[in-house]
Amino acid sequence: MTDPSLTQLTIAQAREKLAAREVSALELTEAYLAAIEAANEALNAYIVVTPDKAREMARASDARIAKGEAGALEGIPLGVKDLFATEGVHTQAASHILDGFEPRYESTVTANLWADGAVMLGKLNMDEFAMGSSNETSYYGPVVNPWRAEGDNKALVPGGSSGGSAAAVAAWLCAGATATDTGGSIRQPAAFTATVGIKPTYGRCSRWGIVAFASSLDQAGPIARDVRDAAILLKSMASVDPRDTTSVDRPVPDYEAAVGQSVKGLKIGIPKEYRIDGMPDEIEALWQKGVEWMREAGAEIVDISLPHTKYALPAYYIVAPAEASSNLARYDGVRYGLRVPGGDVTQMYEKTRAEGFGREVKRRVMIGTYVLSAGYYDAYYLRAQKVRTLIKRDFEEAFAAGVDAILTPATPSAAFGIAEQDMDADPVKMYLNDIFTVTVNMAGLPGIAVPAGLDGKGLPLGLQLIGRPFDEETLFRTGHVIEQAAGRFAPKRWW
Amino acid sequence: MSVDIETVKRVAKLARIAVDDEEAARMTGELNAILGFVEQLGGVDVADVEPMTSVIPTAIKMRQDEVTDGSKAEDVVANAPAGDDNFFVVPKVVE
Repeated sequence: MTDPSLTQLTIAQAREKLAAREVSALELTEAYLAAIEAANEALNAYIVVTPDKAREMARASDARIAKGEAGALEGIPLGVKDLFATEGVHTQAASHILDGFEPRYESTVTANLWADGAVMLGKLNMDEFAMGSSNETSYYGPVVNPWRAEGDNKALVPGGSSGGSAAAVAAWLCAGATATDTGGSIRQPAAFTATVGIKPTYGRCSRWGIVAFASSLDQAGPIARDVRDAAILLKSMASVDPRDTTSVDRPVPDYEAAVGQSVKGLKIGIPKEYRIDGMPDEIEALWQKGVEWMREAGAEIVDISLPHTKYALPAYYIVAPAEASSNLARYDGVRYGLRVPGGDVTQMYEKTRAEGFGREVKRRVMIGTYVLSAGYYDAYYLRAQKVRTLIKRDFEEAFAAGVDAILTPATPSAAFGIAEQDMDADPVKMYLNDIFTVTVNMAGLPGIAVPAGLDGKGLPLGLQLIGRPFDEETLFRTGHVIEQAAGRFAPKRWW
Repeated sequence: MSVDIETVKRVAKLARIAVDDEEAARMTGELNAILGFVEQLGGVDVADVEPMTSVIPTAIKMRQDEVTDGSKAEDVVANAPAGDDNFFVVPKVVE
């Protein structure tokens, strides 16, 4: 028998109960495995569940707890985005082209989590190669958002690319999850599911063993039920890693200690460029509420300008596909995954990649190949990298003027429907989902999305806070203020 | 700038992705929508701006010149769709 209420515990609460021996790691893991079994057919959040491994890890956790050797995440059951290499376990970036791939090594981020005692429940669904904002590009089919509009049974997307991570956390199918963010892939799905997601500063988490999409933008981070849990998870995920040359050599602070600290006297910047045409009134109102909450908590609100904001998304759609076309060149049917036979080796490559990549991935590889091709490099890629310098400079000037964090909406809308026609017809429509989050990746900064309210249909909306490089602590402080003021939000169970 | 179907086919060849005429036609529209969207970057004054090379200022790491890993041929080929005696097998390349 398993106790379903165990899955409602936050990581901080579960940690206390485990330490007090009120519950065992195995009981906690069994509760999650039962919840996944009951829900996954409806939500499609997990691609693979690893019950045997989970039980084995949970038993080992119980043994360590008994010996008084518990780690920071001892016995906490987590889900892992399919982008992270997990030794001997399905790692396919939700792509057909990586069919059957089971790495012989473990990513640094997941190795850090297991070293702290966490338990792996399985691999989570995502957009193929993390390319998407709705989780609809997965080879394994879309993830269904546990949230529905009031009085409406229509299936909504959980956002993407970390849609499986966000849906699993929101639906109590794991205590927390790993995710990655290249243009908004942690923060947008967090906003769509009323979960907390943080993309740390570029270089804070090792990229070693994470399937590469756009190497200068990719960062790992957690999706969690609340701000404190996100802080607990990031502390374990972050590290200094000699195997990733972009991993930054700085000690990892105790992020949890920042949760609950006063924001009195902090300067919060409100960038006028984020007030975009056609933004729903509800998002504008929510943003104003966020401003009020910060002011009431003692922060000083200042208007700022980030003049190059509107160029971030177009520059991203040059830089990210360019890097992707290079990173994805390795999928050739020779070393791992799918192979489709052809008359000669070139035909084999072409047929393998035609069958193995989905439409969105092909589109981005094509754009990337084009902008890097002879005669176009300066006009596209070089110009985009110059624009990127300007985007970063905007933020640097705001921070130099004394701004401690920047408050913006997380997304321009709430979750939308699965297979929405206009998104399908025009790829740029889908890309606009990342309009508020992508600037942060372009500048390498940390950003957190925190649930802040529900729209008129009862769907979650989030606010984003952007911080100085390596100042995730201020984001946990300010994010906690939003959380305290806004309250907690949970979907009504229908699955 | 926009692309025509012949350019799309050439880029697909460079990217080693087989496309048929129908797919190439569809991609032409999609790629032009994206290229149209990024066109606005042309309006930014980038004179005297250095292109970004590293988003966080970091010095390139140095390490001892010594062997830290290796002798894992079986692991390396373990996931190959076709292999033989720790070699990858591909269709005949040299006549």
